[in-house]
Amino acid sequence: MGQYMGQSVKRVEDQRFITGKGQYTDDIQLPGMTFATIIRSPLAHANITNIDLSAAKNAPGFVASFVGSDIPEAIAGVPCGWQVDFKNGDTMKEPPHPLLARGKALHVGDAVAVVIAETQAQAKDAAAMVQVEYEELPAVTDISAALKDGAPQLHDGVPNNKIFDWELGSGLDAVDSALAGAAHVTSLDIVNQRLVPNPIEPRSAIGDYDDSRDYHTLYTSSQNPHVIRLLMCAFVLGLPEHKVRVVAPDVGGGFGSKIFHYIEEALMVWVAKQIKRPVKWTAERTESFLTDGQGRDHKTKAQMGFDSNGKMVALKVETDANLGAYLSTFSTAVPTYLHGTLMQGLYTTPAVHITVNAGVTNTAPVDAYRGAGRPEATFVLERLVETAAAEMGVDPAELRLKNFIPPFDGSEDQPGYQTQVALQYDSGNYEGVLKRLLEMSDYENLKKDREAARANGKLMGIGLSTYIEACGIAPSAVVGSLGARAGLFEAANIRVEPTGSVTLFTGSHSHGQGHETTFAQLIADDLGIPIENVEIVHGDTAKVPFGMGTYGSRSLAVGGSAIVKSLDKIKEKGAKIAAHLLEASTEDLDFAEGKWTVRGTDKSVAFGDVSLTAYVPHNYPEGLEPGLDETSFYDPANFTYPFGAHMAVVEVDPDTGKVDLKRFISCDDVGNVVNPMIVDGQIHGGVAQGIGQALLEGAVYDESGQLANASYMDYAMPRADDLPSFELDRTVTPCPHNPLGAKGAGEAGTIGSTPAVVNAVVDALRPLGVTDLEMPLSPQRVWAAMQQAK
Amino acid sequence: MKVSMTVNGTAFEHDVEPRTLLVQHLRENMGLTGTHVGCDTSSCGACTILVNGETVKSCTLLAVQCDGADIKTIEGMATNGDLHPIQESFREKHGLQCGFCTPGMILSSWQLLERNPKPSEGEIRHALEGNFCRCTGYDNIVKAVQHASQQSA
Ligand code: FES
Ligand code: FES
Repeated sequence: MGQYMGQSVKRVEDQRFITGKGQYTDDIQLPGMTFATIIRSPLAHANITNIDLSAAKNAPGFVASFVGSDIPEAIAGVPCGWQVDFKNGDTMKEPPHPLLARGKALHVGDAVAVVIAETQAQAKDAAAMVQVEYEELPAVTDISAALKDGAPQLHDGVPNNKIFDWELGSGLDAVDSALAGAAHVTSLDIVNQRLVPNPIEPRSAIGDYDDSRDYHTLYTSSQNPHVIRLLMCAFVLGLPEHKVRVVAPDVGGGFGSKIFHYIEEALMVWVAKQIKRPVKWTAERTESFLTDGQGRDHKTKAQMGFDSNGKMVALKVETDANLGAYLSTFSTAVPTYLHGTLMQGLYTTPAVHITVNAGVTNTAPVDAYRGAGRPEATFVLERLVETAAAEMGVDPAELRLKNFIPPFDGSEDQPGYQTQVALQYDSGNYEGVLKRLLEMSDYENLKKDREAARANGKLMGIGLSTYIEACGIAPSAVVGSLGARAGLFEAANIRVEPTGSVTLFTGSHSHGQGHETTFAQLIADDLGIPIENVEIVHGDTAKVPFGMGTYGSRSLAVGGSAIVKSLDKIKEKGAKIAAHLLEASTEDLDFAEGKWTVRGTDKSVAFGDVSLTAYVPHNYPEGLEPGLDETSFYDPANFTYPFGAHMAVVEVDPDTGKVDLKRFISCDDVGNVVNPMIVDGQIHGGVAQGIGQALLEGAVYDESGQLANASYMDYAMPRADDLPSFELDRTVTPCPHNPLGAKGAGEAGTIGSTPAVVNAVVDALRPLGVTDLEMPLSPQRVWAAMQQAK
Repeated sequence: MKVSMTVNGTAFEHDVEPRTLLVQHLRENMGLTGTHVGCDTSSCGACTILVNGETVKSCTLLAVQCDGADIKTIEGMATNGDLHPIQESFREKHGLQCGFCTPGMILSSWQLLERNPKPSEGEIRHALEGNFCRCTGYDNIVKAVQHASQQSA
């Protein structure tokens, strides 16, 4: 450990953001650039019978227009990245998602045509002149309704709108018989409502084409530019990757919604070649609401069985997952491999089984949103546990402590924990986080406060939640065997410049995570150089060797581990050069504080001298290549498993049903931490989004498939005065299988917080007879539940 | 239509379409891309700037309405390369992640501290409720404003 690791180093990247010098995609102006406006379906399900572009073509500044049939048949559309087959072995249904609709629109906002003009305003004017005739078809937005016989059918060849069914676990017979023999069974029907991720930067894409080199450039607000290039080149446009550069510059938040390969990206690249000019598309907020990948939208029936001692004996879960109108990049993995595999939770339940039915509806595509499947799994488990505790009349903390998997560090003596649902947890101390949380919150006194408040007629509630997540995504061979069509390693290229400063080219992508600081801390300490001597480059396929990008809390655990591998190679080669300069053998050298020293002597050579020698190899080891530049690819051995415990304390206004979130307390364990300030910031942001789901947010589709709250005026997202200050702490259980011991912090807050808040509100209302509430817990809903219970 | 305004201390004159929004004018005609656009309903505050010393959402004004105005954007917050204490405080307290809301947050914070140099936490949260941040959960933004407030003690 040097001077930077574990320190709250102030962020390097902030200088440009606080001075207005950040460069987001929409900030980029290219010479001769044109502007695209996409004409989108106002109907959720309709045949497109005619598109009349004649007026638009005469509009001022008109450059070009395209409809679905202008795009060659060979360009079928954007692919799904994960194949999840049916239980009986049948192949997953995979309807095409064309760049522009081919005869049929399947959700409000579906792209029907594109108009390009000299200015943005002219493109909008021309687009307004396009006349599209539709023949409206019946729409279906609810997943359970869509899967029923007789529902409107979206795609040819997808009977009953069913994409796949899937199961995982101990077997239905095992859970059913365990439930039959249980002393107590808690049952819940749970709706995990649909959310709109809503990064504040709207999506944007610029296509550029250089015909002298037959070379394409795409600037895009993406979390993973290499993945976009791979999908777009290999599966959509049929372009060779060496002729395509994808740049994801500063990106204004993603939360999952900027992982996916969107039609607008491929469309801008294709259009730029047709018109031989750069073309920019930037979403308006309403377009973001209608077309960004949305999150959650599960309907679940769940049962948890206990023996007479309160030990969990079985968990049975049946989920209908709404994938929206088309299969987005990771959409099929979210309800299955990121959800079903987490159903063990932190508990020793011996029989666990989950089935998932996934289908399409006339709504925006659904895919990973912060947490992606894991919040849904945690919500099911933690609502069940808390409800069971109330039903059995035991303390919910006690009930959890009784059922936790005992602590294990992942060493040979305390190996990983094999769950009933495929995963093997790496290390954990689940009672540790919960006990610390109870201490932080002064739980015993808090319970007394609640009794006193209740005696005074106040509706105070305490809600707990504990969680585990699978992060550090992911061992390539494992995910490959589960249907992933990509590897999930990470790459890092470290270039030591001749004078000893360092540039890192990382495949991780920062859209707020602070990699330019965290990665620089890691490198500066390891090489013993000042942090100012480290530059981080990311987000450009022309510079970075390869990269799978940033999502699934993977940047430090996977991307950071690739950096460590490259650092090791740099030091290994450096040692050879140093040994030569010092006329010693490498075995006799120690490397510390930026220099190699011959052990037991004061003979040493500094890192900068070694790097200069590498590039001016006059006096140099025989047979050794000049230069000091190393690339590594790191493929993780396992997922990482962060965990934690969250608590919400609320008071509900008996007259209005408004929930006042008094305190939010969390204790998270994300393994080793490089920059505590940044990790706390990640938890803060995650918790805010999780609270948003519990209290405020929810996409509302009406029966005709209109998104009724497709703007910031109508979709309630947390504002500063909706939230309290958060009380955080952490425990540290290092990851045993990566060199940094890091587990990942990006999603933890979102996963743990939602059930804690809902549990707290239900707890507040329990004296009135309320036992369950559907999110979001708006005053109206809470008030209605209170009236009903009366 | 001709429109002239002083932006960050420099006088500009442009010919603009009457329908040009002030935020478009700043971003597209002046290259001041630190002012961001996050919505189409004047709800997010990413476009917040100062017009004649008052914060406004620059997506709600036409450029031509600001003829003769004195405008300050995030690019004009630092003086001679020295960051404004509020800018410093956002860095010091980790009040930003992706940075997209940050220019608007900083300018709204400036307005708050002009009017109320020692705000309570509740007052800070209330004053910033017109600015969305999806990344930080506002926790460290509040701390940044408190820090800036203490700096000017
Ligand atoms: S752009 Fe959202 S308020 Fe102006
Ligand atoms: S820092 Fe990303 S929206 Fe505020």
